[in-house]
Amino acid sequence: MSGSALFFLVLGLALIGWLTARARAVRLGGATRLHSLPGQHGWYVAMWVAIPAFVFLAAWGWISPQLVREGVLASPQAASLPAFAFERSAILAEARAIARNPDLGAFNPQAEVLAPIYRTYLTRYAWIGTGIALILALAGGLYAFSRIAAPFRARGHVERGVMLILLVASLIAILTTLGIFGSLLVESARFFSIVPVADFLLGTHWSPQGVGVAHPGRDLGAVPLFWGTFFIGAVIAMAVAIPFGLMSAVYLTQYAAPAVRRWVKPMLEILAGVPTVVYGYFAALTVGPAIRQFAVALGMPYASSESALAAGLVMGVMIIPFVSSMADDALAAVPAAMRDGSLAMGATKSETIARVLMPAALPGVVAGILLAVSRAIGETMIVVMAASGAATISLNPFDSATTVTKQIVDLLTGEAAFDSPKTLAAFALGLTLFVITFLLNIVALRVVKKYREAYE
Amino acid sequence: MHAPAPTAAPKISARHVSVHYGRKQAIDDVSIDVDMENVTAFIGPSGCGKSTFLRTLNRMNDTIPTARVAGDIRLDGEDIYAADMDVVQLRARVGMVFQKPNPFPKSIYENVAYGPRIHGLAANKAELDHIVERSLTRAGLWGEVKDRLSDSGTALSGGQQQRLCIARAIAVDPEVILMDEPCSALDPIATAKIEELVHELRGKYAIVIVTHNMQQAARVSQRTAFFHLGTLVEYGVTSQIFTNPRQERTKDYITGRYG
Ligand SMILES: Nc1ncnc2c1ncn2[C@@H]1O[C@H](COP(=O)(O)OP(=O)(O)O)[C@@H](O)[C@H]1O
Ligand SMILES: [Mg+2]
Repeated sequence: MSGSALFFLVLGLALIGWLTARARAVRLGGATRLHSLPGQHGWYVAMWVAIPAFVFLAAWGWISPQLVREGVLASPQAASLPAFAFERSAILAEARAIARNPDLGAFNPQAEVLAPIYRTYLTRYAWIGTGIALILALAGGLYAFSRIAAPFRARGHVERGVMLILLVASLIAILTTLGIFGSLLVESARFFSIVPVADFLLGTHWSPQGVGVAHPGRDLGAVPLFWGTFFIGAVIAMAVAIPFGLMSAVYLTQYAAPAVRRWVKPMLEILAGVPTVVYGYFAALTVGPAIRQFAVALGMPYASSESALAAGLVMGVMIIPFVSSMADDALAAVPAAMRDGSLAMGATKSETIARVLMPAALPGVVAGILLAVSRAIGETMIVVMAASGAATISLNPFDSATTVTKQIVDLLTGEAAFDSPKTLAAFALGLTLFVITFLLNIVALRVVKKYREAYE
Repeated sequence: MHAPAPTAAPKISARHVSVHYGRKQAIDDVSIDVDMENVTAFIGPSGCGKSTFLRTLNRMNDTIPTARVAGDIRLDGEDIYAADMDVVQLRARVGMVFQKPNPFPKSIYENVAYGPRIHGLAANKAELDHIVERSLTRAGLWGEVKDRLSDSGTALSGGQQQRLCIARAIAVDPEVILMDEPCSALDPIATAKIEELVHELRGKYAIVIVTHNMQQAARVSQRTAFFHLGTLVEYGVTSQIFTNPRQERTKDYITGRYG
């Protein structure tokens, strides 16, 4: 039975459980007063039908492939598989694909031999899983149904069940993040077993295309990348985003007539929704060449069209709505009494903004800027399209620069074995980026929290 | 209809003032005189327009986009709604203290120095120091804060914050001080201090105080105006309003028939 059919079957059983339990509770209620509403008895039974079955299925989906694989490997035909783990997995994966879809042609003859065995085990374990799930659903339903009685406190049980479901839902995102972090750590650990941490973090020479075998660390010094990321994301982009974002927030919250605000604010939000790839080709095709020409006119004949300035400027524009909306929130959170107090002293509007509102909103604004920086340095599409691949360290914004994210893309899209230092370097870069944005976010959230408390 | 209370030369004289918020009328044809010698109290049930009327006197209603003020309000005979009136100057002359203490999130010193700075009242630091000290002294706060002028104004107690706001208003040397229920967020002891302060400030500034507390009006004011549903029902000498009101509605309110 296919997964989705089983899913709907369990749901159907839960529905039947709900209906019968409810009907029974209604009948009981005719004679005595029920502790809980009939619908709550219904939910109680439905949960007992669905939850154990689904929990089992989730676990089974994780365990059964291993069981199938072990079954296949134990078969006599598997004895001739190559010993090298990488090749072995490839053949098994192919056999599995053929087992699921016999129309596929086999690339490796061994996979063809293993496919029918694979199919046998797949079917066998699918039926076992289905059977156990249905037994669990029925057993859970019968157990819950047997507990229905007038004094039974279904309400409390349902409440706990709901809490459990919500808890699991909220854990999924957290566990996924932890999983990502864990895999980054594992791969980075492999990288750092080849390349010393100090070489990577402090080295100033980055040329992953020609990594030396004896001293891979000499060609994998990430400082030029960190510099480029910082220069494009935190310096040039912020030089655009901070002033324009703040000014637009001040205008929108303090000066704009309500009608103007009603129009301009959603338009800024649309700007925030433009796919980054669109900004990317705008940077690569329009801004980059324009800046090159400008640089040539300034007397730099060899200026690059993949300058740090092009990527940074466009990234700054992309971040404007973000800064603006954070600053908008921060300004709006300053109590109106503060503004009135200043105006009543005879201060003008701009004096009030500069001397009272901005200082009061500063923590919120700073937090917004930190979050904006963390977005900018993690931004990928614009730099992939508009920044250069050459890792140089230069203060000149007309020079080319590269970033961590761009290098990760370059490293992983090339052809390379999955355990070469060059490929593993991508994970180390990812980990570094992850840690930095994580810290930025934590600091920003702390600042915001402290600031909230100040006005409560 | 209601003759303004008899005074010498009125500091503020308002005639036929009406205020609308959009379509809704909040003040209907109010005429009143306020003088230098007496403290004037505005009383009346909540929502009757006391704050709205008070805010017409320093044009704080200008900050509410929907508010429209009609009528004639003069400060020393000068029309404050005239086209050439400088609102910045007006608000320096007519200070305001709000219902909830609203010190700026700055140091105590900077709170008081705020007005003098924006109006350029001090030529140097020494003068500014002097203004700050004098204002805090007048507001009865100097003794409590003189050793911690650089602490944040928001770290003071509620009553101290309100006196800081009074000091802030005094610092620009206004002629009139408007107080909108300045004690409603304070405990009885802090309230008593503010009332004492109002006594001391009387005569130096024309003071208008809005209060929903009738005992307070009786304690601190010499003139009382009773507002009801956006109209001025009765205005007169405080003792007369409380002992011998002319209007039935005033009497009902004073005796607690409605609140
Ligand atoms: N900003 C405003 N916008 C619209 N209506 C307002 C506004 N402020 C006050 N009002 C209305 O005007 C009336 C008078 O309010 P207010 O002057 O605050 O009364 P009081 O200070 O006597 O309690 C009330 O009905 C109130 O709802
Ligand atoms: Mg009021």
